[in-house]
Amino acid sequence: MTRERKPAAGVQAPLPCKSKPADAKPSPVAAPAKRMRKDRVAVAAVAPATPPLELRLLADMLRIRRMEEKCAELYGAGKIRGFLHLYIGEEACATGAMHALAAEDNVVATYREHGHALLRGVGMNAIMAEMFGKAAGCSRGRGGSMHLFDVPRRFYGGNAIVGGGLPLAVGLALADRLQGMRRVTACVFGEGAMAEGAFHESINLAALWQLPVLFCCENNLYAMGTALARSESQTDLCAKAASYRVATFRADGMDVRAVFDTVSRAAKQVREGGGPAFVELQTYRFRAHSMFDPDLYRDKAEIEQWKQRGPIHSFSAQLKTDGRLTEEAFLALDAEAEAEVAAAIAFAEQAPWEPVADLLKDVHTPAGAAEGGAR
Amino acid sequence: MRVSYREAMRLALREALQNDARVFLMGEDVGRYGGSYAVSKGLLEEFGPERIRDTPLSELGFVGAGVGAALGGMLPIVEVMTVNFSLLALDQIVNSASLLRHMSGGQCSVPLVLRMATGAGRQLAAQHSHSLENWYAHIPGIRVLAPATVADARGMLAPALADPDPVVIFEHAQLYNLEDELADNWRCDIAHAAVRRSGTQASVFAYGGCLPKALQAADELVAAGIDVEVVDLRVLRPLDIDTIAASVRRTHRAVVVDEGWRSGSLAAEVIARIVEACFYELDAPPARVCSEEVPIPYAKHLEEAALPQPAKIVAAVKELLNV
Ligand SMILES: Cc1ncc(C[n+]2csc(CCOP(=O)(O)OP(=O)(O)O)c2C)c(N)n1
Ligand SMILES: [Mg+2]
Repeated sequence: MTRERKPAAGVQAPLPCKSKPADAKPSPVAAPAKRMRKDRVAVAAVAPATPPLELRLLADMLRIRRMEEKCAELYGAGKIRGFLHLYIGEEACATGAMHALAAEDNVVATYREHGHALLRGVGMNAIMAEMFGKAAGCSRGRGGSMHLFDVPRRFYGGNAIVGGGLPLAVGLALADRLQGMRRVTACVFGEGAMAEGAFHESINLAALWQLPVLFCCENNLYAMGTALARSESQTDLCAKAASYRVATFRADGMDVRAVFDTVSRAAKQVREGGGPAFVELQTYRFRAHSMFDPDLYRDKAEIEQWKQRGPIHSFSAQLKTDGRLTEEAFLALDAEAEAEVAAAIAFAEQAPWEPVADLLKDVHTPAGAAEGGAR
Repeated sequence: MRVSYREAMRLALREALQNDARVFLMGEDVGRYGGSYAVSKGLLEEFGPERIRDTPLSELGFVGAGVGAALGGMLPIVEVMTVNFSLLALDQIVNSASLLRHMSGGQCSVPLVLRMATGAGRQLAAQHSHSLENWYAHIPGIRVLAPATVADARGMLAPALADPDPVVIFEHAQLYNLEDELADNWRCDIAHAAVRRSGTQASVFAYGGCLPKALQAADELVAAGIDVEVVDLRVLRPLDIDTIAASVRRTHRAVVVDEGWRSGSLAAEVIARIVEACFYELDAPPARVCSEEVPIPYAKHLEEAALPQPAKIVAAVKELLNV
């Protein structure tokens, strides 16, 4: 289905390396905002020396791609059920954006969030187990693919109501402001969400109160089967956002380096107290909206055209041209990603089901158990 | 000390703001204007605009922001002017506040308190007269309170803030001017119904704005020689079935008063619980006094006719007793 090459059989892959959890304490506003690069969460491989950023970006795009390709297979095999929205083709967006954030930042995402969760440090095992509906999943099997959560890593879902996460992001940023935390809250959403009242109410509140929210729009040109021009009177999304007097940024969402640079600039401005910012990442999904979508509303030629610009092969080709990547190194990264996926699937397969006796758990907070997340 | 329901609520807000730096109040016109029902009057001057936060007309946005702030470690009290406008925020209440703990597998709590005025009776016509407490009482994950006395207006906020999960407080608009002596023992829980008047021949269950009507009906009935018990539901979710059933076991007759429309009403739920818990204790089929199935009309006589009234409660009890 995808253009990226398969690794040669039998390539020995190093063990996948867990990303660093985002448990770093945020710095209070009073302290000088010294941010260390090593705080960044989305680090694929570490020891002995951290590979250059470009290789980490490439490796993480591969991890998302290989994980999701397997998800599609597992869906066909009946292991993953419900709605499954793949991100294939859009990997440069999550990869560039998540790398541009600090470990202490908050992220609120949508149902198309597998990649974002992974790069925020939610283990692939926990993600895969969640998709299988197992108790070892990152939401204990209660959420599924659309509701991946990891509150210790400040990943607040996994929201399947279009636009529903945006007010939450405003509130998280408000809480940070009231508590003197200098932290960015990034909310990721599709261009379809910009027609929702929730978008307008949220960006207005964030701008009115000058809250540190990074509005990150992944414009893949379609909301299910509805093309942008069929849902928006103003198709220039930055112009729309700019009417709320927020700084706007636009990047080629098929170019991971451009996404990283742009989101880094936007996040820096937000972090330094410049109020909210809006980033539009122009991208495209190669697969259907969800596993139920027969994809009848767009031209096959259009899809093929965008695939020419596939974020993984275009970036790796560029790195090879620049002499910063060899074919062997690429194959090694790819094999590493595939090994991580295989291990995650094995983990999810063998993980136990939650006993039905526990059905009523986690509706309310048990007495004396209210720590983390809230209080 | 004699105080109004409104003042009792304000005392509770002030105490909460003084006691915990995480508490803040947010909503439309809560600050400069002083609250559309004047509940928060004076609090802006006392606590400043960061903690008494005026919002734009964005019910979905600021209720959702309250959910996010609760996730982020604060204890927000979000005032939605009235239940009528809370319909614009339903998504954030039903799809975020009440679900986040469960969907995340128990990773987070949402210690949010949502306050809203409710109810009819002031000739405000159909769009400003809703009583939709039962919609909220349908949702797992939230607690729903209906303070109907000055003491509960004073006492319910603190335990609501101490609850780690979302709590919705319905303040019946007709109650704000209610005055009563505030005794020292106003502290209360948010788990139990309360017997407001003991009796032996029938139990009248009511909540919120219907409690004074039920008590007035009880006075008339007692004067007519009928000894009724009046139970204030107080907590609409989860229902305190133990107190409800205990009352029915004493009186063997039940009338439920509810300003919501009869179909799918909270009264229907209360009666179902009674039937499940103590069917064989009943000497007569349970009865309901609900709003008529019509949008609440503007004209005074029609509005009165649409709502539960003491006379209707008296009639319902007498019918149960065949007198
Ligand atoms: C409030 C709401 N309306 C409708 C839906 C059904 N729905 C799910 S995804 C989607 C399209 C959203 O498009 P977009 O925001 O562009 O995100 P994308 O799926 O392209 O990533 C729709 C209509 C929903 N989940 N929530
Ligand atoms: Mg889209």
